[in-house]
Formats: sequence, C-alpha cells, structure tokens
Amino acid sequence: MATFTLPKNSTIGTGRTYKAEAGARNVKAFKIYRFDPDTGENPRYDTYEIDLDKCGPMVLDALIKIKNEVDTTLTFRRSCREGICGSCAMNIDGMNTLACLKPIEDVKKDVRITPLPHMPVVKDLVPDLTHIYAQLRSIQPWMKTETAPPPDEERRQSKEERAKLDGLWECILCFCCSTACPSYWWNGDRYLGPAVLLQAYRWIADSRDEATGERLDDLEDPFRLYRCHTIMNCAATCPKGLNPAKAIGEIRQLMIERQS
Amino acid sequence: MSDNSIKFPMRTPLGRVRNLGSAKGGTHHWWMQRVTSIALLPLTLWFVFSAASLAGHSFEATQAWIARPFNAVLLLATIGLSFYHAAIGVQVVIEDYTRGELARQGGILAVKALCWILALMAGLAVLRIAV
Repeated sequence: MATFTLPKNSTIGTGRTYKAEAGARNVKAFKIYRFDPDTGENPRYDTYEIDLDKCGPMVLDALIKIKNEVDTTLTFRRSCREGICGSCAMNIDGMNTLACLKPIEDVKKDVRITPLPHMPVVKDLVPDLTHIYAQLRSIQPWMKTETAPPPDEERRQSKEERAKLDGLWECILCFCCSTACPSYWWNGDRYLGPAVLLQAYRWIADSRDEATGERLDDLEDPFRLYRCHTIMNCAATCPKGLNPAKAIGEIRQLMIERQS
Repeated sequence: MSDNSIKFPMRTPLGRVRNLGSAKGGTHHWWMQRVTSIALLPLTLWFVFSAASLAGHSFEATQAWIARPFNAVLLLATIGLSFYHAAIGVQVVIEDYTRGELARQGGILAVKALCWILALMAGLAVLRIAV
C-alpha cells in the first residue's frame, strides 16, 4: 500500500534556534528542514531569526544571508536568483515554489521551508532528482526529424504553429509541479508526472518535429500518462504560472483523435 | 521510485524508467470512464425520479412499471453502465494505491468479478419481470 505516514527515521525533530542579533526590530523566524546523511540522525527543524531590515525581500535572500552570516552548514541549491534556472525550488509555507520568486512578506507567520516533497533528500533542502531527470530523458526532449533542414535557413514555422508552444516553452524544469502531485507521490516510479508530460507535449505540439506518433506511442500507458486525475496541484503551484494538467489533457485528446 | 529501485538496484536510472516500455493502452479505459459518466448522468436522474415516483405504489404496479419495454431497456442500460463504470473506476483506485503485482492484479480481477456478478443478477431480475 501507499504509505501515508513518515517512517520512524524520517520524523522531524526540533533543532537549534539561532536568535536574532540584539537591537533587531523587524524579526522574522525561518524554520528550516535540516538533514545530514553523515550523522545518521533524524531530520530536524532549525529556527533562524532574521532581521528583515538587513535582508533582501525574497526567501532566497534570507537563505543566502543565513548561509553567509549565521550557519554555513545550511545546504540548498540556487543559481540565477531571478526565476529562470529552477534550482531553488523548495516547499515554502506549504507550497512548492522558487525561493527567489517568493517574497518573505507573503508569509504571515514563521517561514517554514522543507525540500520538494516526496523526493529522496541528499542534504537539507537538496532533493535527489536523478529519477526525474531520467524520466525527462526518456521522453527525448529534443527535436526529432528525418527531413534535412533547408540549406542556409532554419526550419520554418508559421506564427500560428509557433503560438502553440506558448505556455510550454516557459517551463524551467524546477519540478515544483511533479513533486506537488499526489499521483506522482504514489506512483512516481512509473507515472511521468506533470513536468515531464508538459515537456513531452512541448515536442508533440512542435510543428517542426516529425516523431509525433512515436512520442504518443511511448506515452500511451496506464501509468506513464493516465495516472493524472486532474487534481490540479501542478497548475496551482507552478511558479511560472503554467498549466501542466492542460498539456496532459491535450495529449489525451490526441490519443483519442488518432483512433477515430 | 520505490518498486523499481528495489527490483533493479544496479540498473541505470534511464533503464529503470524505460523498464518494460509503454503498454500501448489506457486510452480506451480513460475514454470509457468519461463516456459512461456522461451517459449515466441522465440515466441516474431518470432512475432516481422514477424510483421516487414509485414510492407507495403496490408490488404489482411496480412490477408492471418494470415490465414496460421502455423502462426495462433503460433499467438494463443503467445497470450495465453503472457496474462497468464502477469496475473501471475502482480499478484506477487499486492501481493508484496498491503495491505489488499480486495485490494489483488480484484486486482488479476480484472487483471485476464482483461487478460482473452483481450486474448479471440485477439484469436477470429485470429480464424475469419484463420478458
């Protein structure tokens, strides 16, 4: 059966509290999930009190401040700090999002931060994405053609054909959606999940691609595609405002279309 | 992650994901869930209203109502579609929440057998009155 409770060695304890410096007036507490595989201890929440008057506006600013000034052992991924690389995806205040796009002031109480849900944790806020990257690779997210490109010219596409890729190409592969999807939690070993299916549709919808049928063949599977039950967590959580469930719906429509 | 990483500890991540390949199925199952649910909307409404309007009527009057060809046909359609819809719906629940081939296949077969038997019993009951 699917497990609904955490195993014993995963229950989260209470860790240290790092007090704000004396004289700080605008204090906000950050409760951050900590896990160190080297110690063998259970994960814990450490609390960091930050003076917001001396901190940038986004949650990522606070994380970087903590790592620079309070606790250098805090581990997380980040790179572009402007919502285009997808590295700092994590669960903030109960919702998967990008730390760099999440304003601290949007969180009314303490800011609780955990790694992306239901993925193996490498350390602290760093999830192991090996499996989901392999799933992405399995849908072959690149243009597949047999016709050679026209000489001295790119492959042509009409404005209408190009417009079909809007709402798809913007995906930055942060995997907020897949890790917010209960179907992906229960059957992530076989279900491809919203992020990978949106990528699959991005190539199915591309008028220049010549492998549409093969792509549909590969997806036509009760587990790979049909685990989506339109729960819509994916669309609710996407930090880029995309709708993976709609892309999945489009794939299904094509499955019906090619049979009738 | 769970099942496959235990079954194939040394396999590459891509090998695990590709695994046995696509089943080339699932579309019909998904489509039939949609079609039966739409068909059951008017049928269920008709059945509920009919059953309510039969309340208080005698046994003979109810039998006569069932025996009318129009009602018998719609009753059979409601029975068939309801149990078909239930069977494929519960199948999805089993696929979602059970682990292991035995539990999955066994559960699905048991539900289908139960739905078949219940549908045949209900159908036979209508036919015995109507025919």
